[in-house]
Amino acid sequence: MNTRESSTSASPSASSPIETPLSVYDLTVAYHRKPVIWDVSFEIPPGKLVGIVGPNGAGKSTLIKAIMGLIPKASGRVQIFGKQYQKNRHRVGYVPQRESVDWDFPVDALDVVTMGLYKEIGWCLPVRKKHRDRAMEALDRVGIADYAHRQISQLSGGQQQRTFLARALVQDADLYLMDEPFAAVDAATEKAIVKILHEMKQAGKTALVIHHDLQTVPEYFDYVILLNMRVIDHGLTADVFTPENLQKTYGGRLTLLEEATETMRRREQSL
Amino acid sequence: MRAFALVLLFASFWPHCLVFAATESGEIQTQESITDRSIAIPEWKDWKRVFLLQDYNTRVVILGTTLLGMAAGMIGSFALLRKRALMGDALSHATLPGIAIAFILATSLGLNGKSLPILLTGAAVSGLLGIGGILLIRNLTRLKEDAALGIVLSVFFGAGIALLGVVQQMQTGHAAGLESFIYGKTASMVASDAWLIGSAGLTCMLISILLYKELTLLCFDEGFAISRGFPVVLLDMTLMGLVVVVTIIGLQAVGLILMISLLVIPPAAARFWTEKMAYMSLVAIVLGALSGMIGSAMSAIFPNLPSGAMIVLVATTMFLFSMVFGIPRGILIRKLRRHQLNSKVDRQHLLRGLYEYLEARGLLHDKQTAESTFVPLSTLLQMRSWSPAKLKKIVKRAQREQLVVALQEDQIRLTRSGLLEAARIVHEHRLWELYLITYADVAASKVDQDADAIEHVLEPEVIAELESLLVRQSTVGVLQSPHAIQIQQENTNPRQSDSRRAN
Repeated sequence: MNTRESSTSASPSASSPIETPLSVYDLTVAYHRKPVIWDVSFEIPPGKLVGIVGPNGAGKSTLIKAIMGLIPKASGRVQIFGKQYQKNRHRVGYVPQRESVDWDFPVDALDVVTMGLYKEIGWCLPVRKKHRDRAMEALDRVGIADYAHRQISQLSGGQQQRTFLARALVQDADLYLMDEPFAAVDAATEKAIVKILHEMKQAGKTALVIHHDLQTVPEYFDYVILLNMRVIDHGLTADVFTPENLQKTYGGRLTLLEEATETMRRREQSL
Repeated sequence: MRAFALVLLFASFWPHCLVFAATESGEIQTQESITDRSIAIPEWKDWKRVFLLQDYNTRVVILGTTLLGMAAGMIGSFALLRKRALMGDALSHATLPGIAIAFILATSLGLNGKSLPILLTGAAVSGLLGIGGILLIRNLTRLKEDAALGIVLSVFFGAGIALLGVVQQMQTGHAAGLESFIYGKTASMVASDAWLIGSAGLTCMLISILLYKELTLLCFDEGFAISRGFPVVLLDMTLMGLVVVVTIIGLQAVGLILMISLLVIPPAAARFWTEKMAYMSLVAIVLGALSGMIGSAMSAIFPNLPSGAMIVLVATTMFLFSMVFGIPRGILIRKLRRHQLNSKVDRQHLLRGLYEYLEARGLLHDKQTAESTFVPLSTLLQMRSWSPAKLKKIVKRAQREQLVVALQEDQIRLTRSGLLEAARIVHEHRLWELYLITYADVAASKVDQDADAIEHVLEPEVIAELESLLVRQSTVGVLQSPHAIQIQQENTNPRQSDSRRAN
């Protein structure tokens, strides 16, 4: 595997297997002073497939975005392989939610995947053949090489998702953050993503995946984070993914906290 | 209706009356004002002068506006894809007070108030203030961006008009010519202006070419760009800055009311021709260049026509053409594709109807009989909600594609290739029906219509998936129908009703 991007820094997990890919300390994120996630702390072990599970509005996407600094943190600290996110950014691959972009944009699947290499190509330099070849390889890995030159709105939802996955793959990161890659995809795509996840694990990489389908959690993930505004529990799937914990995660919201902050927000707006 | 026509007639005579009156009084005042729109028919030598680029000034002005059009097309592509096009409109309107204030300041300081660099500096400052105002309103209040745009655009423009009134009153210098910034007037451009505009446009284009992939990424997926460590705010400001520069340099030629057209129309027209970003920018550059070039040439020939209006009209003509005839996204080609899909669906229905008719009579065991059995059209009519005329059309088309052969007016049979195609279609239809019954809990009685809506657009990948999902037995034959098929049995032999398995 090539590690072009990470060659400058300490080489990836292979040399230092004890490095923690991701640690989050007391992370709180608020929209308009209303906490979305609250005092979230966890660490994830290297080389594991980690699922984030929780009801709608539990702050799963917010957590991933806050880890990457896409939205401001109210408080807390995030470390990627023991360093600040900004210093180890090249070791993180991001697969956003499919709905986050306008798919009518005039690019084809291959163009989207090459976007994963723009940082590496460097400012002001054009995309060259070797980059396109690598992007093609990534598309092949997710099984949609045949669709490389299709305009992206002509792809099915699953193919779009796989395009996003391929864009993260070309980067050859060590930690992957995926925002609902399994949402509304076809069976072929689900299979392709699971295959890629296992390949990642084989290569000692870590993946943090937001997941909705509780049935497949034990099958897909070694490690689970149960989230509902705060971390209900996290640990090995076998230990943590229990009916009691799920009841806690999906059963009750922190209704009082929500109500109190809602009142606070309303009062502030009326001022 | 008659009254309306009379009013129209009178109205159309009205200007002539004025002209006659003026001629009689012997004094025709040539007033230099924005309302003066008298158009002289150009002579042959005027056409020659412009189109052969004979004099230096025309040459430079046309070159300048061409470069302006190119830059606007390129930057406009990004602005359009970033959904910031209207920002450019607010920006251009917000430049007017800056132009007036720059003129007032410069003349009171004893400088030449009409020097383009001074006026454009003022324009840029007040344009940026306008954008600042929009951002301020959006971030401090709960108003949405469109409200903020509307407020800033109108307030700045109004202030500008008021200031122009002030300028008119000034003793120091008359402000004739400042209005040309509202509607655009290449006639007032001198060579040095054109050089300024051209070189600024070229610089903008160069910058956007250098930042091509970064700007594309910004427009497509801002979140991903941030996650990869691109300075998104800086890139966004660069793009906005490019829009500002292009807008400012376009003020003189296009005018601040219409400047937005040069930023939006060429890229929007280009979008009809391509699905690739690079080609879109390229087509937008060409269309922008043509708009600038032809528009300013027209304005040079008809000195009283505002060049802004000419440029917009040229651009709009190209836009309309692209919208209708553009490939692959124009209206015509999409209508055509729709039509092709419809005729494909009709053809498939016809073949399926024929196949099911033969199947119901057990005539499929032997290829010879299957191919030599004629089916009356009246039976097919009862199977589908087709009108006789429509069915005839469908049959004719299928005949041309050599899928069926007609004996007389009302009897048709399948050809060999028609039979093969029909078997494939029926198989796919039933696969999908089976899938709906097994996995989507669709009632067997309703499944025919539901399958019908989707089966015509199934891709090979999906069909393979269905096969592996549903067909556990050998897949050589055509699937059996999961529901009863109603076919008029008016002249059938009852012995075949129980043997319905194909092949």
